[in-house]
Amino acid sequence: MSVEVAGTAGAKPDGPLKLAVPRGSLLDGTLDVLDAVGVDTAAARSESRALIFPGEQITLVTMRPSDVPTYVEAGAADVGITGKDVLLEQSDRMVYELLDLGYGRCRMVLAGRVGDESLGESQRRLGMMRIATKYPRIAERHFESTGRQVETIEVKGSIELAPLIGLADGIVDLVATGRTLKENDLEVREEIVECTARFVANRVAHKLRAAEIDGLTAKLREATGG
Amino acid sequence: MIHPIPPGTRDILPEEMGELRRLHRALIEVFEGHGYGEVATPAIEYDEVLARGDGRTANSAYRFFDERGDLLALRSDMTVPIARLVASRFGGAEPPLRFSYLANAFRAVRPQRGQMREFTQAGVELIGAPAPAGTVEVVEVLEATLDAAGLDRAVIGLGDADLFRQLLTELGVEGESRNAILGRLAMHDLVGLEVELSRAGIAAEQVDTCVALSQLRGGREVLDQARAIGGAAVERATARIGETVAALEQRGVAGRVQVDLGLLRDLGYYSGAILEVYDPAIGHVLGGGGRYDELLRRFGVDLPAAGFALYLERVHVAQMEESRRGGGS
Repeated sequence: MSVEVAGTAGAKPDGPLKLAVPRGSLLDGTLDVLDAVGVDTAAARSESRALIFPGEQITLVTMRPSDVPTYVEAGAADVGITGKDVLLEQSDRMVYELLDLGYGRCRMVLAGRVGDESLGESQRRLGMMRIATKYPRIAERHFESTGRQVETIEVKGSIELAPLIGLADGIVDLVATGRTLKENDLEVREEIVECTARFVANRVAHKLRAAEIDGLTAKLREATGG
Repeated sequence: MIHPIPPGTRDILPEEMGELRRLHRALIEVFEGHGYGEVATPAIEYDEVLARGDGRTANSAYRFFDERGDLLALRSDMTVPIARLVASRFGGAEPPLRFSYLANAFRAVRPQRGQMREFTQAGVELIGAPAPAGTVEVVEVLEATLDAAGLDRAVIGLGDADLFRQLLTELGVEGESRNAILGRLAMHDLVGLEVELSRAGIAAEQVDTCVALSQLRGGREVLDQARAIGGAAVERATARIGETVAALEQRGVAGRVQVDLGLLRDLGYYSGAILEVYDPAIGHVLGGGGRYDELLRRFGVDLPAAGFALYLERVHVAQMEESRRGGGS
């Protein structure tokens, strides 16, 4: 009779690790970091319209940054990279946040029109500010934790438009260089939180593919100096 | 005409019901074969009775007043109702007591794949059997249950609910920062965990120790890795886990077990050994359990206890995914 020792049977997971890669502004930084840890990104860098780039140890799956928590939570991707802004906005998604990758640094801010007092005036006279944002939950949490009442207006497109034509008194948005704000005559009034790219993992994959995920985490930590 | 039903609930039609019934019968057979008689309790209980077991029923979505103005709540699991049942109906009985159940429970989760607001749990409670023997028996039943469900690849994570609580006490972390740290740990937010630990005034190397500790999972060897990290709390927790693992190995039922020092269950009543169940075919946890040696005392019965519960619908999803993957093999 063979003696069963803890951890020996273990699961034999299927195929290469699936890594969710964010398209958009985090893509270049992500591919650079993946190159640095020895993941082949040539196919993902090509002009290909493909969404999935199979590899021997790691398969890259490209998607919108805001979809990364959805895929990782469900286990459709084992691990992923996305911005802290996305994780904060979708804080009810159960994913393990393993590492701050340091790149893609930007700030979540409250901004208003230069020289315009409508934020303060609405607060004084109406008791609440009207805030346009793509991040309603981050905005609501920020104002709640600072004891102010706001009406958040969720918009999908160019958020800078909202205060310019009177939809809102101000905006809560992600700012990298601040150029877009400046070009639209907007200025930062409050800084809410600083956001960087994060390495996340599915809860079950983190348990069942521990060696692979720990190895990748260690290499990523080294490559990003975290 | 289409008539809506509340979010997170669903109808079950004959084909699915047939498969679920087969699963029900297989599980109940395992439970009864191990001496765990099936019990049923009301789906609605007095809110204050449920709150006695888990002070966090405030997050129960379904609370309402009856015609007398009493506050009722839908149960969010079966462990608390069974603790209540043991105290009221088996007060003088000779322990250990063994019960099993297959029952619906209700939670205010965001409905999504594999997670509903009304869901079925299948599990056992072993009342009056202390660690490690009681824990070992529960793991043994859990193994047999997973075998009966045909989930050959399923893994049982075994951790210790007191490890980080005791470690933080050892480090002198109390009050709000303690809760913040345990919260980060439960969510496995390692970046936030590091921030909270530093904010609590813990030295940099001990911060690294705590984070490293939460990442230790695998075979028995992780207990040695943990011991190398040192400290009285780690020593005690690894001794408890080691004792359980040794007993499991002796009974030949340790094969599925993975030691996991980062395990934290989000229910408030666990102490000592805690369990979680995974299957590689699905990304959600299949179930969990562990010891709750203090829970019965809240109902006036001072007995150690342990148990587990599987989310039946997720087990069913895992069965389907596994058969798809294996082509039925």
